[in-house]
Amino acid sequence: MSTASGWIIVPIVVPLAAGIFTFISGRWAFAAALTAAGVNFVSVGILLRQLFLSGPCDYWIGGWQAPLGIRLWLDGPAALMLAMTAITGACITLYGRGYFSFRVAYPTRASRHERQQRYFETLWLLLWGAINGLFLSADIFNIYVTLELVAVAAAALTALSGRPASQIAALRYLMISLLGSLSYLLGLVFIYRTYGVLDLQLIRGLVAGVPAVKAALALMSVGLLLKSALFPMHFWLPPAHANALAPVSAILSGLVVKTSLYLLFRFWFEIFTPVVSVKAVTLLGILGTGAIIWGGLQAVRHIRLKMLIAYSTVSQIGYLFLAFPLAGLDGSTPVWSMVIFMALSHSCAKAAMFMAAGAIFLHVGHDRIPELAGVRTYLPVASLAFAIAGVNIVGLPPSGGFIAKWLLLSAALRSGAWWWGIIVMAGSFLAAAYIYRVIRQLLVIPENQQLAVRQPHSALLEWPALFLAVTALVLGLMAPLPLALLDSGNRVLAACANMPGGLP
Amino acid sequence: MSTTMLYSLTGLALFVYGFYGLLASSHLLRKILALNVMSTGVFLILVATSYRQAAAAVDPVPQAMVLTGIVVGVSTTALALTLACKVQENSNFKNRMAGKNTQSERFSGG
Repeated sequence: MSTASGWIIVPIVVPLAAGIFTFISGRWAFAAALTAAGVNFVSVGILLRQLFLSGPCDYWIGGWQAPLGIRLWLDGPAALMLAMTAITGACITLYGRGYFSFRVAYPTRASRHERQQRYFETLWLLLWGAINGLFLSADIFNIYVTLELVAVAAAALTALSGRPASQIAALRYLMISLLGSLSYLLGLVFIYRTYGVLDLQLIRGLVAGVPAVKAALALMSVGLLLKSALFPMHFWLPPAHANALAPVSAILSGLVVKTSLYLLFRFWFEIFTPVVSVKAVTLLGILGTGAIIWGGLQAVRHIRLKMLIAYSTVSQIGYLFLAFPLAGLDGSTPVWSMVIFMALSHSCAKAAMFMAAGAIFLHVGHDRIPELAGVRTYLPVASLAFAIAGVNIVGLPPSGGFIAKWLLLSAALRSGAWWWGIIVMAGSFLAAAYIYRVIRQLLVIPENQQLAVRQPHSALLEWPALFLAVTALVLGLMAPLPLALLDSGNRVLAACANMPGGLP
Repeated sequence: MSTTMLYSLTGLALFVYGFYGLLASSHLLRKILALNVMSTGVFLILVATSYRQAAAAVDPVPQAMVLTGIVVGVSTTALALTLACKVQENSNFKNRMAGKNTQSERFSGG
């Protein structure tokens, strides 16, 4: 069905190799990380171009063919998630440099910060490779391995700050992740027992509504739901995201949360569609509603800025799950567009928010919102980045968040299920409330109040955040581009599905 | 009941038992062990799956999966144990300091 492309392995191999290199060589660590980010960016660009020209492509690792071989597969959604990771990841790499340089220059405990910086770069690059691998895998067992890699690297990153709170949060996060992985693995075993294959396309051709497959999908979904922190299984997320170091928080909220969600969506709407029932998608929609409301209310309530952003993530994850009942199981609507748009814009905006919050924390020394008045005078770029990212989270035009919510709303109205539309609006109001709380403090300059601010600024602490925030904003203006990419993938796929032999 | 079925049901029982242990025990070490019991249960089912009817050779794919799973399990357990040690050390430290009543909130970045 497609052309094999050697470029597909670059986004997996290069970050992993660079990660190992940074562990060995401390001196060239940042250069290696930057090179890896650059190479990854270029290779993802080439893959996107190939996708436009010739549709989805796949690659058999080591030349072993099905059913024994392991396949990598690039289609529209996978390519867009890769692009999201490439852009956000490059900014986080730069920001991490600025963040740790600042901490090394103004130490609270000197030697520890240098060690943290080194481990950060190693773990982050390994995590990056694992995330790219997860997006590209087309084999349920390979997906299990990448899930575990992501879990281990993410938990280790969470514990990096060395504070007791973050270590407890990291341990809890790791246990939840392992529980989710084991549940997924058990589901995988059920599938292998029933069909004897692991490749996603082979499974897709075989799936029928038998009890074993239903149980398998239920087990896998519960595992992935735990990992993606859907309400009421979100309890581990706010402490883990809020207590980690700022670049780590940006990685966790911006990228890691999306991985299990992406898998869940792919399983439900591409692979196991015959097994999925209307009741199940409605249930996910209701849980998503709970997440939007609960996360929003908690975010309005919290004093600490990073806690607010973390609960905002819980709320935004709810939006992603709202796409499940609205996507339509009959295949009439382009199911991926809503989720992809939400994921792209949330990834950029939330990473930008955590970066800005980290810059504020470093300069001011705390992140209690009521005491942040006047930060704009000291950190104009970071404040602007936070405000623009906030526009995205609330979903004002022309941001990517607006397009995502627009797609959700129009799908709700078109299918006559207007009540989901009300929830979309209610969530936006809550988001506006908690974003306003912060922006009011950031932009107001109180009279005769002096903040104790640590000088000087580092450009790397502020500009990556602004760049990401603006990217999320511009995403709304460039909306046709990703949609066309998704469409080009679908068209080729549909052409393949209509072929006599089905998908190869 | 066939042998395969017996092994599979045992594996399932181990999985459920481990899950119960994870929820019921409060000690960190017990929780980590409970996760290991769960994974052992899954591996047992996988090994049972690889058995094919009497004369045929054993299916190697599940065995490869179990091997990979064991490697993954070793590394995740190692990480979990390290974190648990750190958490325990911190709580010991805190308890000692609480005795002296001089513990103050320390700023260490964020």
